[in-house]
Amino acid sequence: MEQSSNNTILEVKNLKKYFPITKGFLRRTAGHVKAVDNISLKIKKGETLGLVGESGCGKTTVGRCILRVYDPTDGEIRFQGQDIVKLPYNKNRALRRKIQLIFQDPYGSLDPRQSAGSIVGEAIKIHKICDNKQTHKKRVEELFTLVGLDPEMASRFPHEFSGGQRQRIGIARALSCDPVFIVCDEPFSALDVSIQAQIINLLQDLQQKLGLTYLMIAHDLSVVRHISDNVAIMYLGHIVEIADWREIYERPLMPYTQALLSAVPIPDPIVEKKRERIILEGDVPSPINPPSGCPFHPRCWKAAPDCSKEIPELREISPNHLVACIRV
Amino acid sequence: MSEADLETWPEQGQNKRVSEFQRFLRVMFGRWLVIFGTFVIVLTVFVALFAPQLAPYNPNKVNLREMIEPPSAKHLLGTDEMGRDLLSRVIYGSRIAVSVGIVVVCIAGVIGMSLGLIAGYFGGWIGTMIMRFMDALMSLPPLVLMLAIAVMLGGGIAKVYVALGIAFMPTYCRLMCGEILSIKENDYVMAANVIGAGHIRVMFSHLVPNAFPPLFVMITLDLGFAILAEASLSFLGIGINPPTATWGAMINSGQQYLLTNPLLSIVPGVAIVLLVLAFNLVGDGLRDALDPRLRGKI
Ligand SMILES: Nc1ncnc2c1ncn2[C@@H]1O[C@H](COP(=O)(O)OP(=O)(O)O)[C@@H](O)[C@H]1O
Ligand SMILES: [Mg+2]
Repeated sequence: MEQSSNNTILEVKNLKKYFPITKGFLRRTAGHVKAVDNISLKIKKGETLGLVGESGCGKTTVGRCILRVYDPTDGEIRFQGQDIVKLPYNKNRALRRKIQLIFQDPYGSLDPRQSAGSIVGEAIKIHKICDNKQTHKKRVEELFTLVGLDPEMASRFPHEFSGGQRQRIGIARALSCDPVFIVCDEPFSALDVSIQAQIINLLQDLQQKLGLTYLMIAHDLSVVRHISDNVAIMYLGHIVEIADWREIYERPLMPYTQALLSAVPIPDPIVEKKRERIILEGDVPSPINPPSGCPFHPRCWKAAPDCSKEIPELREISPNHLVACIRV
Repeated sequence: MSEADLETWPEQGQNKRVSEFQRFLRVMFGRWLVIFGTFVIVLTVFVALFAPQLAPYNPNKVNLREMIEPPSAKHLLGTDEMGRDLLSRVIYGSRIAVSVGIVVVCIAGVIGMSLGLIAGYFGGWIGTMIMRFMDALMSLPPLVLMLAIAVMLGGGIAKVYVALGIAFMPTYCRLMCGEILSIKENDYVMAANVIGAGHIRVMFSHLVPNAFPPLFVMITLDLGFAILAEASLSFLGIGINPPTATWGAMINSGQQYLLTNPLLSIVPGVAIVLLVLAFNLVGDGLRDALDPRLRGKI
């Protein structure tokens, strides 16, 4: 246990993020969107944690709290042993650089009035990583090559690139800060399938070359399978199951995970035909007024009366497999 | 790596690449009206700069023996009620027009846009205060506001600049604030934050450049409207003091002689109309040329 905590690069403890809903002229708080409600997770250096859940369940909010774009309502975020929530801004800046972000939308995430080269070189300027123009230019070229772009294209503007190329520019920008941890917020979902594969390969290559750690956010289980060491399933602001990817795919315990998994196509047509699909009834409840007890119980076919009483804790069912369900 | 190559080195583009600036020029000057507008503006600025060389007479020289004369070889456009050469006065009037346009738009633009940037970026109570103040200014009809400020400050060209500058400021502030509010929601602004950019960098290298194109169009249009507003003030006899040749004041004094020598009002009137029209034409051209939907196309 002691050893494994040494390896832990990021640890989130009881993180909560409530967005206030304001009403009227005086902006009085009328309630809260409980976007993230008491989640904890750990990521080891060099590993990838997949964070999967339907859209609106709070995945992006978790990522942004880790990036310190949002101030968490409560909880701890320990990065390399330091609680970055409490750290003063100036110290934070040096540390923040080590945590970077890859966006979902390759169009909105690049400034249309900046050339590709200056997008990638901006952080190098801000942090004074290179001391003269020559080394700056060289570093930018290096980053372009690293993500599979032709350095000749540095003078072009974002609209001159394809979606996949733009995503590569975004990746190069993230890498320009020499990060150790990258939050990838659905980096594939806006891309064509063929290009998805290329970007997945690129991210895996980079992870090996640079020893990066990823939080890989996705809204379904199909993409995350290829790249995650562990997978956390999120529902309505809660983490309902965490296990290593093989366990999640072969022995999902939480009914919600089973439902999500049944939506993933299986490449083998015989298995595909035989398997049963679980189609969930009803809609995801509103995070403003979440159901009592287990957040999933109103839609769960295994729900018992006790399910609505208390929010179930994550319990370790087998080594490294945690489930928040009293029926398991 | 061969897989990646396919996507990374594109088949399209390489040779028929058109730079942003070339595209801008092509759209901008693709229409005759825009070229015409540009020509009128350039000509007016030229005339204003070289007025002493171009004007045949001193514009303020009173000559009571040659009052209200029709055009002649000696006075190409005739003379006014005090025997001053009309052509010289129109030429000198362009100096006031051009300087009013530039100075007023600079005052209104710099102050208005800065306040709008602060209000839009920081928001909070500072933003609310700035925007309420602008609302108060805008609640008055612009001409009434200008009259009130001009009367309050008294005459003189500097006061006219200030009065018009304040009257033109709120639209800049509002437009800038609105632009910033929408632009700051873009992912690339968050990206700048995440890589460690401070407020100043975010504002001046990401927000302002993206907010500027629509403001640029407005600046062009306002150059014309400021000239028109100054003419209105001069026409009403408020603002710039009498002997100075301004087009608005010339129309005003000329209207008493509309039947004897209509040129006295018509010539400065046409000058104003042409110049304001020119700024509008160029503004329209700019609007098209800066249209983001046309980016990357010709
Ligand atoms: N800035 C915000 N202000 C208010 N509510 C927000 C904000 N960001 C997200 N939310 C709400 O929080 C919930 C989770 O959002 P998000 O984290 O974006 O989900 P996901 O990324 O899983 O789709 C949603 O209900 C969303 O409406
Ligand atoms: Mg999201």
